[in-house]
Amino acid sequence: MKAVEQEVQYNRAGQRIVSPDYLLFEAPRTKHFMTGSEAVKEAVKRSSVDASVSYPITPQSEAAHLIGELWVEGYVGVYFRGESEFGVMSEIAGCALAGARTITTTSGPGTLRAMENFPMWAGTRIPVQLVLMARGVNAPLSIQPDNLEVSFLLDTGCMIWYAENAQDLFDMIIAGFTVAEKPAVHVPVVTVVDGFFVSHTREAIMLPPDDIALPPYNPYKSPMPVIDSEVPPGRFLRDPFVMKSNYISYATHASWQWEVRSAIERSRPFAKHYLRSLIEEFGSQEADIVFVACGTAAAQAKEAVRLLSQEGIDAKVVKLKTIRPFPEEELRQAVKKAKYIFVPEFNVVGWLEREVRRYLYGYSDAEIVGSPRVAGGMTMPAEVIVKEVLTTLKEVKHVI
Amino acid sequence: MAKLGPSGYSPYSVAYFQKLLNPQEGQALLYDQIVPEEIAMREAAKAMLTRQNPTIFPGPQVLYGWSEEAKKKAKLVKEMAKVLNAKIIPMYDYRPKYPKINPAVEINPNHPNLTIWHNRIKACIFIGVHCHYANVALKIIRAETDCFTIAMCSMDGHEDAMITLRDQHSEEVERFIEVAKQVKAELGV
Repeated sequence: MKAVEQEVQYNRAGQRIVSPDYLLFEAPRTKHFMTGSEAVKEAVKRSSVDASVSYPITPQSEAAHLIGELWVEGYVGVYFRGESEFGVMSEIAGCALAGARTITTTSGPGTLRAMENFPMWAGTRIPVQLVLMARGVNAPLSIQPDNLEVSFLLDTGCMIWYAENAQDLFDMIIAGFTVAEKPAVHVPVVTVVDGFFVSHTREAIMLPPDDIALPPYNPYKSPMPVIDSEVPPGRFLRDPFVMKSNYISYATHASWQWEVRSAIERSRPFAKHYLRSLIEEFGSQEADIVFVACGTAAAQAKEAVRLLSQEGIDAKVVKLKTIRPFPEEELRQAVKKAKYIFVPEFNVVGWLEREVRRYLYGYSDAEIVGSPRVAGGMTMPAEVIVKEVLTTLKEVKHVI
Repeated sequence: MAKLGPSGYSPYSVAYFQKLLNPQEGQALLYDQIVPEEIAMREAAKAMLTRQNPTIFPGPQVLYGWSEEAKKKAKLVKEMAKVLNAKIIPMYDYRPKYPKINPAVEINPNHPNLTIWHNRIKACIFIGVHCHYANVALKIIRAETDCFTIAMCSMDGHEDAMITLRDQHSEEVERFIEVAKQVKAELGV
C-alpha cells in the first residue's frame, strides 16, 4: 500500500506550518523564563501574523515594541505605528478587512480612546486579536494595575478571554486566532492580562519550538466577502453600510447585533477545545467556600486556598478563562455545593461580581460576597482574601 | 430553530436565546433537533415540494463565477430548481438599495421579508450566501414571516434556519438533488 505523504508547507518566515492542535497540545515544549510581554512576542512569532499596528502605551509598550522586532526579523508581514489608539484600532480594521491576520495591544485609557472601534470590529466580523494589558482608568492618571476597562468592553461584541499568567497568555493568543477565525465565529478576541503583574514580571513558561507556526489565515472563509479590489463580490459588496443605513429596516440593525452575539455563542465549543475548558477549578471539590475570579485575582485566590487549608478550612477557586462567552453552565455546576462565593477583583466597580450574580440568579442560594476589591495599583495579598473569608464566616471578630 | 415563524417582533437569535448551535460535521439541524444529514435532506425536499411558491435564493458565492466550484454549483442550482418546481430569486447584492428593492426579482439581506411577502413564499433555500448575511436575513424571515427556511451552507451552517445542512459543496448538492428526485417520486408531485 502506498503511503500518502502530506506536503510540508512553510510560511513567509520559513516556519513549518502545523495544525493548531499540534502547536498547542502535541509539540514538545521547553522551559523558558520570561515576562508576559515577551510571552506575547513568542506567541505572535508562532502565529503567522500578517499585520500589527501599535501605539505604545504603558504597560503594553514593551509588547508592542517586541512585535516590531518580529517584523524586522521577518515574522510579521506589516508593522507600523498609528497616530493614536483610535487610529491604531481603525487601521487594524483596515488590515483585517483586506484579509490579514492582525494583532495589536492596548491598555487602560488607550482602550477607551479607541472605544468606538470595538463594536465596529465585531459588526464587520473581523477576527482580529487585541491583547489588553489591563491598567487603571482614573483621574488622577494611574499607570498601575487595575482592570476597570474590561467592564467597558463586555458588550462590544468581542470575545473576551482572561489570562492568569504568561503561560495562559501565550496559549490564549494562539488559541485566540484559531477560534476567532472559525467561519461561524469570526468576531474579534480580546485577550486580557493584568498589566505589570504579568506583563512585567518573569516566570517559567513552556514553549513549543519557534520553527513551527499556525496555518495562515484564509480570508475567503470569512462570513462576509473579503475586500478584494479585483475579484467580485468583494469589489462591490462592502461599501460603507452606514451610508445607507436610513434605507434599511430597523430589523436589520437588530438582527445584525443579534448575529454578533450568536457568533460569540458559537465560539463556545471551539474555545472549550482550544482552552481545554472555559473554567479551571483549584482546591477541594467538596468545599462550600468558592472564589470566582479571573486573572491575577485567581492566582491570589489559589494562594488563599492554601492558607485557609492550613486553618482547616476547605475552599476552592473557579477561574474563569472566558468572560465572553460567559461560562454560565460550567460556573453553575462548579458552585453547586457553595454556601459562600467570594469574588476578588482588581477594580472598584465589581464588574465580575455583577456578572457572577447575573448568571447565578435563580441557580444558587450561596451568599455572594463582592470582596476584596483592590484598585489603582494596589496588590491583593492572599492574607487579605483569607481575612475576608474569616470575617464573613465570623470565625474571628478581628483578624490581625 | 425551535419553530416556524412569525416568531415575534424582534429578530431573536436561537444561538443566544436557546443555546442552539450548528451541528457537528456530517449532521444537520431539523428545527432544534440534530439529525443525520440524509433525514434533513429528505425533509428539506418535502418542504420545498409541498409548500406554496418554493424559491431558491442563490447568493454571490454561486452567482459570480469566481471559482470552478461556483460555476458547478450554479448549474446545480438550476437543476435543483427544476426538480423542486421552484423559482430562483437571486441575492446578488448585500448593499441596501435606494429607494427599495424590486421584490419580484431580487432578495436583499437587509429586508428579505419584502420578497417573501410579495411572492407569498412558504419555503425557501439559501445557497451561496455569505454566512453573516444569511444569518441576518434568516433571523428577520423567522421573525416576520411564516416561510420555512432551509440553509445549504458550504461552511458550518445556520442555526436560525429551520433546516441546516452544513459543508454543502457541489458533491453534496448533487446528492440533495438525487434525494429530492426520490421524494418527488414518492409524493407523486
